[in-house]
Amino acid sequence: MFKTNKDMPPCAMSLADMSHNKTGSWRTFKPVLDENKCIKCFICWKFCPENSIDIENDMPKINYDYCKGCGICSNECPKKCIEMVEE
Amino acid sequence: MKLTIPGEELMGHGNLSCQGCGGSLAMRYALKALGRDTIAVIPACCWSIIDGPFPYSCLKIPVFHTAFETAASAASGVSAAMKIKGKKTTVLAWAGDGGTFDIGIQALSGAAERGDNIIYICYDNEAYMNTGIQRSSATPYGAWTTTTPAKKFKSAPKKNMVEIMVAHKIPYTATACIAYPEDFIKKIKKAKGFQGTKYIQVLAPCPTGWRYDPAKTIELSKMAVESGIYPLYEVENGIYKISRKAKNKTVKEYIKMQGRFSHLTGEVIDEMQKNVDKEWELLIRKEEFYGHTKE
Repeated sequence: MFKTNKDMPPCAMSLADMSHNKTGSWRTFKPVLDENKCIKCFICWKFCPENSIDIENDMPKINYDYCKGCGICSNECPKKCIEMVEE
Repeated sequence: MKLTIPGEELMGHGNLSCQGCGGSLAMRYALKALGRDTIAVIPACCWSIIDGPFPYSCLKIPVFHTAFETAASAASGVSAAMKIKGKKTTVLAWAGDGGTFDIGIQALSGAAERGDNIIYICYDNEAYMNTGIQRSSATPYGAWTTTTPAKKFKSAPKKNMVEIMVAHKIPYTATACIAYPEDFIKKIKKAKGFQGTKYIQVLAPCPTGWRYDPAKTIELSKMAVESGIYPLYEVENGIYKISRKAKNKTVKEYIKMQGRFSHLTGEVIDEMQKNVDKEWELLIRKEEFYGHTKE
């Protein structure tokens, strides 16, 4: 990464992001989305503290690698179409 | 598809926050509002852990970790360096309530008095959550913490930090809540437009310290605003403006959701309700008074 001394940063700097840390393993309950009932309001996307709900093809998609299973999406869904299922 | 908040994510995956963390949600919104051209200064607080251990960082912007009391002074320095370099990078000081209300108050007061060009956001979870739920001066009256056990619950009221910052005559001061991200993002964008020190205090409930189900984070935050315990307002050059006028919930409804208030009896709750009503009345009067002087 650093070829010469001049390339070195003057202070400690981060070298990578945290994506190696798969926080999905913390989960006890898993949110499962019923795509037929979903009205695409994206409230679940808006309130996810881990930003582990992505928008794919105009539909929320839960990223189970990083979802910690807090259940905010299930609690806030106006149509109650996200169910918390025990792992 | 219509999103009410910006779609760009500057907070990466795999952060170390607890389940249902209000603080990590607050950071996600703040970065959405500020964009990529931002430097964050983070003192010791939950976020110095959530960001990740060295050499990792889950944020996609430069982060400067610093000592507990120095959030505002370090941000002043970064801001001065940006000025010398001729850059227009936003400098964000991001501290918890302990680093703002107690330990960092002198640095913040100094920066505010000098008028250094920074945005200071305090995510308020009402105790020292990172070190194990000790009381801070942001802990509300009646609350349980490990240093104010249920038999001798906190007997002092919460420090009104927003009014302290208003008293510094800074251009922009506001309160926000993670349950209203549109309002929070609007306030940050507004703060970015001012020259000088800007202070925003955002309520970020902590499921671990407040003793409630993580799924209720947003529900509880909404309740805090609707009961008038955490009123949303902004003070722009001395002019008060209440962002959300609805006050249709009682203190009892708010506190019965949380384990940290489970020891309270009816009399104490009535007293808390009275105090909240009084503060709310005062805020409305302030809005009327300063609105009147504007004309």
